[in-house]
This record gives sequence, C-alpha cells and structure tokens, in this order.
Amino acid sequence: MEGMTIIVKKTTQLIAGMIFMYGIYVIAHGHLTPGGGFAGGVIIAGAFILITLAFGSDFFKLVKEEMGTTMVESIATIIVVLIGSAGFLLGTKIFFNNYLPKGIVGDLVSAGTLPLYNIFVGMEVAASIFIIFLSLIIFKEESLK
Amino acid sequence: MIAYILCFILFLVGLYGAVTQRNLVKIAISLSVMEFSTFLFFALLGYIDGGVAPIVNPAEPARIYVDPLPQALVLTAIVIGLATTALLMAVIIRLYRKYGTFDIREMKNLRG
Amino acid sequence: MELTISIVIGFMILGAIYSIHAKDLLSAVITCGIVGYGCVICFLLLKAPDLAIVQIVVETINLIIMVAVVLDSSREESYSKLDSQGYISAITVFIIMVVLLYFFTVSTRSLDVLGKSTLRMAGPYIEGAAAKTGSANLVTGVVFDFRGYDTMGEAVVLVTAVLGVLTILRLKGKK
Repeated sequence: MEGMTIIVKKTTQLIAGMIFMYGIYVIAHGHLTPGGGFAGGVIIAGAFILITLAFGSDFFKLVKEEMGTTMVESIATIIVVLIGSAGFLLGTKIFFNNYLPKGIVGDLVSAGTLPLYNIFVGMEVAASIFIIFLSLIIFKEESLK
Repeated sequence: MIAYILCFILFLVGLYGAVTQRNLVKIAISLSVMEFSTFLFFALLGYIDGGVAPIVNPAEPARIYVDPLPQALVLTAIVIGLATTALLMAVIIRLYRKYGTFDIREMKNLRG
Repeated sequence: MELTISIVIGFMILGAIYSIHAKDLLSAVITCGIVGYGCVICFLLLKAPDLAIVQIVVETINLIIMVAVVLDSSREESYSKLDSQGYISAITVFIIMVVLLYFFTVSTRSLDVLGKSTLRMAGPYIEGAAAKTGSANLVTGVVFDFRGYDTMGEAVVLVTAVLGVLTILRLKGKK
C-alpha cells in the first residue's frame, strides 16, 4: 500500500514515538494510576497502526512483520500462563498466587506479581490488535494482484 | 431510575436494528450498539453517590470509593469486543468478495 | 448527576437510530461513533477513568476497521420497501421490546435511585484490598489478583479471535 502526503508523514514522525512512550508509561504505572495492561496495549497498537497507515509498505515487508508479531503474541500468552501456574511451586498451592513481596503501597516496585502480569498482557493485547489490522491490509493487497 | 431505563432503550434500539435490517454492515453496527449499552449498564451499577475513582491515595485513605468489580469485568470485555467485531468484519468482507453485495436477501446459498 | 448522564444517553439513542436508518454506509459507520464516544463521556462522569482510556482508543481502531471494509465496497445501500417477511419480523420485535421493557422495569425497581444502592459484594472488595494485593489501583487488583482466572480466560478468547481472523482472511496457504 502507498503512504500519504509529506505533511502527514512529518507529523507522524513527531507524534508516533510519543504515543509509544505514553503506552509504556500507562503499562508500567498500571498498579498506581488509571490504566494497566489492556489500556496500554491498545495505545501501543494504535501507534503502530498510525505508522503503517502514514508511511505504507510493500507486500513482503508486511508478511514478515506479521510473522514476527504472531510470535510475540504467542510467547506473551504462554508467559502469562506460566507466571500464573508458578504459584503451585512457590508458597501455597494456589493458581494465580501472589508470591512475591508486596512492598509499600504507592511505590513503583510493589504489588508482587501484578506489574509482571501488566507487562505481558500489554504485549499480548498490542500484538493481537496489530495482527488484526495487518491481516486486513494483507488480504486487500493479495486480492488486488 | 431514568438512566437505567434509557440504557435499556439503547439496547432495544440495537435489537431492533439487528432483526429488521437486511444489510450486513448495519447488522454489525447494531450488535456493537448492544455491546456498548451492556458496558454502560455495568458501569451504572457500580456507581456510588459521592464516591471517588478507585485509586487509593496512601496519605488520606478514608473516603468512599466506587465499586471496582463491575469496572474490572467491563475492562476486559471492551478489548474482547474489539476482537470479535473484527472477526465479524472479516466474515463480512469475505462474503462481499464472493457475492458482490452486502444484502443478505441476495445470498441465495445461505437459504435453508 | 443523573440528569447529565440521561442527556448523554439520549444523544446516544438518537445517534443509534440515525445510524440504523442512514442511506450511505459510510455515514452510518461514522454516526455509530457517537455511541462509542458518548460511552467515554459517561464513563468519565461515572468515575471510571480506566474504562474511559480503553474505550476511547478501542472506538478509534473500531472505526478504522469498519471504514476500511466499507470504503472497499460500493457504499450504496439498495434501499427497498419492507416485504411480508420484513413486516412479520418488525411486528415480532416490537412485541418483544415491549415485553422486555416491562420486565426490566419490574426487575430494576429495587435499584431505585442512581448511586444510592450498592452491591452486596462491594464492601469486601474495597475494604483492605490495597493492603491485600499491594496495588494502589483497585481495578488492577481485582483484574489480576482476585479474578485472575477470569482475566486468563479473556486473554485466551482474544488469542482465539485473532486465530479466527487469520484463518478467514488467508487466501494462500503458508509453506
């Protein structure tokens, strides 16, 4: 697919990095401020969608991008399940056991395993929504040929 | 009371569209309207008068908070709703390529 | 408070009705955005900032996907009069709407005024939750600690939906 005009490209160059950083901030502070894995993941996917729409790319690059994103999604999902089931080995035998030290409420490093869940669920949500968008574009490109 | 009833009327508008319309895109729109009204109803259930958003401030914790359980249920459901809507649009775009129309009356092979 | 939310929901109902009856499919899709962005305002008024952040981004991506599908087609809706089958379904859905509305008003009579009645389980989820889970954001505590099973199930549903999209939209098989 083709890109857009130079005005859109320049604006995207300025803004897309900031949107990405804001998504990472929302994920990392998910246990202190409003937000969390789901919200931050959707914001990061929005940054990637903005870049793809503004700059465009050829067919083979899109397919390569899709394969990488699929792998990120699968690995993140497996890690979430593994962290959840690690409670069987550590401490009491409960699924989704919060076995790490809790720390002080309000600190950045606190709340045990909750920040880890936030990070990996954020990766999974961002990858899934970006895959949906990419597969729609690839379908359009393939049927045009 | 009036807010709950208006929220349910929004759900009924979506139901009316899903049953009477013959266009696949409009059916998808009606289904997402029903979805949003359900999210809104859950958020209305959790509201408590005079409460603040459920973020604890360790300096001054003793205040009334809004119920966090319905918000947690809706938070995951919104993202799932986006994925299922995208699945529906994928089915619709494949049907459009096969039959050349969005009208479900024209799709003869779907009739029983 | 209740009056403000009622006005916003009223606008959302008007937008939904116009969106269902619009002639052009592109205007129907864009008018559907009124319902989604109205939801954002309602969530902010109802003290749910987490939901507002998610909803405003999700609605934008939803519009992008729908517009991409509609712009690919001829956009015109071949509008025609209702046939006999259409009349039957319209009458049926009106009867169902009246019955559902009656039973809804009967069953929500105990809710009474907005914000005065609280759920029975609201107390145990709020009292001491910050000390139990260690997170200052109570919603994150409920999502990943008290209801961890639920969230894992939702994550698996998300993966399954993406697999469905990839399967349907694949024209050529992968080597």
